[in-house]
Amino acid sequence: MQALYAQLLVGLINGSFYALLSLGLAVIFGMLNIINFAHGALYMMGAFCAYFLLNGLGLNYWYALVIAPVAVGIFGMVLERTLLRWLAGLDHLYGLLLTFGIALIIQGVFQNYFGSSGLPYAIPSQLQGGMNLGFMFLPVYRGWVVVFSLVVCIATWYLIERTRLGAYLRAATENPNLVRAFGINVPRMITLTYGLGIGLAALAGVLSAPINQVRPLMGADLIIVVFAVVVIGGMGSIMGSVITGFALGVVEGLTKYFYPEASNTVVFVLMVLVLLVKPTGLTGRAT
Amino acid sequence: MSVITDNSTPASGRGIRDEMVAFVIMAALLATVPFTGIYPFFVMQALCFALFACAFNLLIGYGGLLSFGHAMFLGTAGYFTAHALKVWGVSPEIGIVVGTAGACALSIVTGWISIRRQGIYFAMITLALSQLVFFVYLQTPFTHGEDGIQGIPQGMLFGLFDLSKPTILYYVILVAFLLAFLLIFRTINSPFGEVLKAIRENEPRAVSLGYKADQYKLMAFILSGTLSGFAGSLKVFVAQNASLTDVHWTMSGEIVLMALIGGLGTVFGPVVGAFIIVAMQQYLAGFGQWVTVIQGVIFVVCVLTFRRGIVGEIAALFKRSL
Repeated sequence: MQALYAQLLVGLINGSFYALLSLGLAVIFGMLNIINFAHGALYMMGAFCAYFLLNGLGLNYWYALVIAPVAVGIFGMVLERTLLRWLAGLDHLYGLLLTFGIALIIQGVFQNYFGSSGLPYAIPSQLQGGMNLGFMFLPVYRGWVVVFSLVVCIATWYLIERTRLGAYLRAATENPNLVRAFGINVPRMITLTYGLGIGLAALAGVLSAPINQVRPLMGADLIIVVFAVVVIGGMGSIMGSVITGFALGVVEGLTKYFYPEASNTVVFVLMVLVLLVKPTGLTGRAT
Repeated sequence: MSVITDNSTPASGRGIRDEMVAFVIMAALLATVPFTGIYPFFVMQALCFALFACAFNLLIGYGGLLSFGHAMFLGTAGYFTAHALKVWGVSPEIGIVVGTAGACALSIVTGWISIRRQGIYFAMITLALSQLVFFVYLQTPFTHGEDGIQGIPQGMLFGLFDLSKPTILYYVILVAFLLAFLLIFRTINSPFGEVLKAIRENEPRAVSLGYKADQYKLMAFILSGTLSGFAGSLKVFVAQNASLTDVHWTMSGEIVLMALIGGLGTVFGPVVGAFIIVAMQQYLAGFGQWVTVIQGVIFVVCVLTFRRGIVGEIAALFKRSL
């Protein structure tokens, strides 16, 4: 049973990353109509940012948790202003191709300087050790990742669904011209939205640095799984993305325990099943 | 909205004549390669990728469907052909049939699943499916995992042509490429191809005219996947190995890049693109991961400034269809 709980925990942690990343993808897609292929690369940049802060400037994990998402988010906003903006009015597929190119550039540059092996990042001292819960041993850091991701996901949901800013954002998603006519600066909102989505990815990167090590390709394979998560969940609702992300992480964890050979593929198999039963995804609307 | 394939000009008598002239020139140039001292291995490899890119382009350029998982067909056919040649010891023509049939079967299944969604979702689904196939090949024993299948015998094609001789192998690959190219060319200009273009331009209207859009898209997907598999089978004879590289998503990205730089929806663009990218990899091999960076830069530049690709720009300049 210990092993089962341990795999469930690993599943929940992967689920946190799926949730944070698919949430960002959904928010960006809503505003920019772009599937951000660079999401995995920017997640990786978040982890590297934490690594540089610690080893270059001596700023610890807690600083990184704030600085990395902001710094990478700003980098994302620069990308949006300089590159993505030119795609307005073009076929959505160009956005996919452009961001794929950006991902190749970022990953290639990091691979050049850091190779393909992982760099260690220590768990912050406050979160080391573990707790005995009676039925299992819970490493504090892993518990922290799950709880903190959940809080961030709910905060993002609140920001978009319950605040005035979120209302503008949702309105601009539906009809940008009308929202502009009300005097709201939609291009700036698009830039900020992209920054927010990227910030979430970078945050996931910082959270994963102590668990998965810091590697240039850490986001490359992850983003493909997240795409499958997005196809399964649909991009229609914020909560839908979060719940699907966590749920698929748990399913993956359970698969690791009961049938480890399929743990790499289970999310893709589920995607196939969902497509056969409900092609629009679990929460998605017909497009 | 500007569609991803605004290259495609309507087929006309003049357009087809131009394209036939260009085809004859291309065939003649390629036929003289062994006499020029150009490294034949390079051209053979480029021809395999050119065929792969043409097959990919059939789907995006004429069906409007961007597949981000086409490597699964290349890799599957490669593994099947390699296994048949090495373990079963069959002759080359049977090996090619086995590989191509494997890719065909895979394309029927994956096409049936993925055409349920369109546009961006279609791209994500094909990418996820190819990743699924990748992990299957990573774990099944017959592919030999990270090592791949190596040292594959080339054999005698039809009992007549000794494929271990570079010049003979070159002409066999060239003839196979030209035949497959003509098949794609014929498909594009057939009534089937016209309906496909109609669906791409305006699906509801094509449906209202009584065309079963999904069946046409599935047929295009199967044809594209099968021809990609044919390219993968041919590549086994050139490279003499089959490895995970050919199934990886980076390969799917490379083929998109080849078609994009040459010109999506042009007849000759993918060939030009394939030669450029293969040459680039050849000459820049010493620069390590910078090749990836350069590929990324080409993607960005093409998408931002050069969406018609090289052949598309030339065709637009002369107002011809190429």
